[in-house]
Amino acid sequence: MYSGRTVYVIDGSRTPFLKARGKPGPFAASDLAVAAGRPLLARQPFSPTDFDEVILGCVNPGPDEANIGRVASLRLGCGKQTPAWTVQRNCASGMQSLDCAARNIASGQSDLVLAGGTEAMSHAPVLLNAAMVGWLSDWARAKTLPARLQTLGRLRPGHLKPVIGLLRGLRDPVVGLSMGQTAENLAHRFGISRATMDGFALESHQRLAQAQDNGRLDEIENLYDHKGNAFEHDDGLRRESSLEQLAKLRPVFDRSFGHVTAGNSAQVTDGCAWLILASEDAVQRHQLPVMGRILDAQWAGLDPAQMGLGPVHASTPILQRHSLGLGDIDYWEINEAFAAQVLACLAAWQDSDYCRDELGLDGPLGDIDPTRLNVDGGGVSLGHPVGASGARIVLHLLHVLARNQAQRGIATLCIGGGQGGAMLVARDTD
Amino acid sequence: MAQHWKSETDADGIVWLHFDKAATGTNTLSGEVLTELDELLQEIAAGAPPGLVILSDKKNGFIAGADVKEFTNLSDTEDAHQLIRRGQGVFDRLAALPFPTVALIHGFCLGGGLELALACRYRVADEDPATRLGLPEIRLGIHPGFGGTLRATRLLGAPAAMDLMLTGRTISARAGKKIGLIDHAVPARHLHTAARSLIAKKPAAHQAKGWQALTNHRLARAALARFLKHKVAAKAPPAHYPAPYALIDLWREHADDAAAMLDGEARSVANLITGDTAQNLVRVFFLQESLKSLGKGEDTESSPRFGHVHVIGAGVMGGDIASWCAVKGLHVSLQDRNPQQLARAMQRANGLFKKRLKQPRLVQAAMDRLMPDLAGAGLPRADVVIEAIVENLEAKQGLFRDIEPKMRADAILATNTSSIPLEELGQALQRPERLVGLHFFNPVAKMQLVEIVAGDATNSEEAGRGAAFTRQIGRLPLPVRSAPGFLVNRILMPYLMEAVALVEEGVPAAVIDKAAVDFGMPMGPVLLADTVGLDICLSVAEKLSTHFGGAVPARLRGLVESGDIGRKSGRGFYEYKGRDAQIPKTAKDYRAPTDLTDRLMLRLLNEAVACLREGVVADADRLDAGIIFGTGFAPFRGGPMHYIGHIGAGVLAARLRELADSHGSRFTPDDHWTRLLETL
Repeated sequence: MYSGRTVYVIDGSRTPFLKARGKPGPFAASDLAVAAGRPLLARQPFSPTDFDEVILGCVNPGPDEANIGRVASLRLGCGKQTPAWTVQRNCASGMQSLDCAARNIASGQSDLVLAGGTEAMSHAPVLLNAAMVGWLSDWARAKTLPARLQTLGRLRPGHLKPVIGLLRGLRDPVVGLSMGQTAENLAHRFGISRATMDGFALESHQRLAQAQDNGRLDEIENLYDHKGNAFEHDDGLRRESSLEQLAKLRPVFDRSFGHVTAGNSAQVTDGCAWLILASEDAVQRHQLPVMGRILDAQWAGLDPAQMGLGPVHASTPILQRHSLGLGDIDYWEINEAFAAQVLACLAAWQDSDYCRDELGLDGPLGDIDPTRLNVDGGGVSLGHPVGASGARIVLHLLHVLARNQAQRGIATLCIGGGQGGAMLVARDTD
Repeated sequence: MAQHWKSETDADGIVWLHFDKAATGTNTLSGEVLTELDELLQEIAAGAPPGLVILSDKKNGFIAGADVKEFTNLSDTEDAHQLIRRGQGVFDRLAALPFPTVALIHGFCLGGGLELALACRYRVADEDPATRLGLPEIRLGIHPGFGGTLRATRLLGAPAAMDLMLTGRTISARAGKKIGLIDHAVPARHLHTAARSLIAKKPAAHQAKGWQALTNHRLARAALARFLKHKVAAKAPPAHYPAPYALIDLWREHADDAAAMLDGEARSVANLITGDTAQNLVRVFFLQESLKSLGKGEDTESSPRFGHVHVIGAGVMGGDIASWCAVKGLHVSLQDRNPQQLARAMQRANGLFKKRLKQPRLVQAAMDRLMPDLAGAGLPRADVVIEAIVENLEAKQGLFRDIEPKMRADAILATNTSSIPLEELGQALQRPERLVGLHFFNPVAKMQLVEIVAGDATNSEEAGRGAAFTRQIGRLPLPVRSAPGFLVNRILMPYLMEAVALVEEGVPAAVIDKAAVDFGMPMGPVLLADTVGLDICLSVAEKLSTHFGGAVPARLRGLVESGDIGRKSGRGFYEYKGRDAQIPKTAKDYRAPTDLTDRLMLRLLNEAVACLREGVVADADRLDAGIIFGTGFAPFRGGPMHYIGHIGAGVLAARLRELADSHGSRFTPDDHWTRLLETL
């Protein structure tokens, strides 16, 4: 719980989430941050230079984007004198930035902060392997012709095998499992069938389709590339998807006997989301409209091989601190890294053994009403640009609360490496 | 005591000669400046220092060139020759100094300024993009005259030197380093160190080597001269622009003999500068300067006054205005309701930025400054709001009603309308006096002129601010009255319509275009109409004919109705393959009508006279400037009104009456010709 001053969210925006299609997409991570941020800052009554700091979450900034928070801040015109930094907590980087901003506002250190997350997963690096780097170093040192010939003779086809950064990033180096395999673990543990996962995935697409059709995603600011294209919508949506089609897909992680497919996993995607956080002082000074408040945030650790249950471990302490049950939360955003993983969270809360052994509760915590969970789709349908999702779900949750005249919501996600993050937001009903 | 130069000797004995021309912000070489320099060089030579560094104390640059004002007084070739020889003498003295000499260059180093640097043994330049090196004399109808033709060709070899001198283009310090013009292109922090190092180490002075040097060989010169003339002829016919040919001949004949080359250079420049072309081009230079001064306004502080422009309407015009403003460093929001339209505008902007700014970092910064703005979020904070939506009164009025309350009260509100009177547009505004027209021309990145349109209600201060904004984005403001077609389209249209009439009479389009190009127009009227778009021509022609009478040729209407609207549709008067017009060959035995050129140009001139009578612009000079910079009207002729004065108003008026007898009343001379007869 933040002690000190109230933390307000006054506005936010995001790019459409663009599905990675093999090649690097049209936007680098900082380009996405600029595109989402520019219209957001333009509509504020204050100047971009009025921010006390800019915080951006990002897992894999490009080679030209060291401290991408600073790069984005300068490119957005927040001024040379506004400090900016980058945070990384894998899949929760975008939520980490909100937490840092909120803490600094609560403590009185900052009054107005631009915070968010960005990720261009399609730009994930393809690296030279260590043998090749070693060879190149030898080559640079070989000055004479004989030395060069000798070095050249040592070059082997294996030297040219690239390291695919994206795959390495999505693999837990400690337990040696890919993220998908951790989801397989959860499916196995809670007996979640392939059909249930596919059903969840299909509904995610259906909900996103409805949200698009009903104009419920007005947090999106268009992207424009350099080739004359405008991107207005999350383009991972598959409107034609069906259970039959989903059932045909082959498992991608445990290829022979697994259940987790590309169809019931989050899509590899590029995107960015920003929120503007403000203190009471800033709200008064600039007469800012209030979207909601950030009340609390929690980080939790758990077995990396079960990382998908992170939301359970992060949300439960928040509920306890505020003496709330699952049903007291009006709306939930549980980031959909995998359909199996969200379903496992719901199952864990219903499981008395799990609640007792892992959470130290007396009994099961209960159910989350599926009509109050990820109401407009999630990572499975609109993608999970790892650094951005944490900020997106908080932003979208505030929109959902406003639309439904609701009061309280929790946005939470699982974090590769075995962690969970959760954020409690509230809104005064009109 | 020197007025313009200040000489200092440092602890090592090196002389630092600072050029800081008195009573001006820009260093130019006047007679007085050169006389002082000559005396100082004699003194410095007597002291035999270890080295001499020449540098400028002006912030904006090294030396901008010769003082062009002194050109206008030159009418006698012999006087001119003497003057040039004296200047050459000063530079020769500099070149002959027995100790190392260094030109320390920042900002612009042009014309005589670069020639001075060439007379030094070494050149060190600031690598900042603001550094521009060039020999642009050709643009004033002359060529370098202070030994530049000799020193540049010997230093760089003929191809690079001739490229600089024949095109008049400017290059960066890095590009200068690449071709051997600059010894060191360094960041400002190393300029002095680099100069000292050259003086201490005395490396051999750079000169053209290998094949570059061979290009100056007698045998190579003959062939290269032919090639260069052929290339120049495509852009500047010898009859209109003698300078490039004189330069090529000078080099071909004398490049082996330095003394003969210098003497030939002086004679050639003396001949050129007293000729009509150079005098007219100098006139154009001053017309340009006078338009530039219009944007200065009352406060002359150099800091930009406008930081954020909001452009509404992302069509070709709006999009191009927006991207041009972003090139010039402004923040721009570009509003349009259609995302696809915005996307196309961003694509074009990216193309422009890559072409103009080149470095990826600068391209990205420009893209970041240009915000596609679906919601109009940029409007409330903008310093300048430019409306560039569809040319429709109701639509524009509706927009004005919507945006006026959202805009800052002190923001400029401008319309890019080309045909709707500001008085009508202003009816939608609470404060019609704030509305000013900023009429840009297509393509915005190329066309320098912007008509500053004041309606009856327009506050003159607002028009002045519009001109200041125009200057800030590097364009030339031309104040015009809110009369239909303003100045440029009004004068252009009769000329275009006459061309269409000639096509209808069966004259081949290529023959018409050639006649206009031979007169000195940058592009023939038929090709111009196709390029602008026949739909736009028709719409302007119809609007103007309702005000001023005259018939719109049926051929034009027919083409538009059949969808052949010119280059953009692939067919108009010409056929297009991609962007290129397929110009059919004219039959060998075809005889063009003898009055072809007169019919085209006299309609233009007659309309110009009418505009002057109506006071569409303040005076004849402004009219000339507007037509030269707005249409490319033969600059070597000095502008339409200057041309009338040159040929004689009586002669031209009489010719108009003849044409009226044979071709109809559209040639009837305007009443104002009689006034011209009295004054010219």
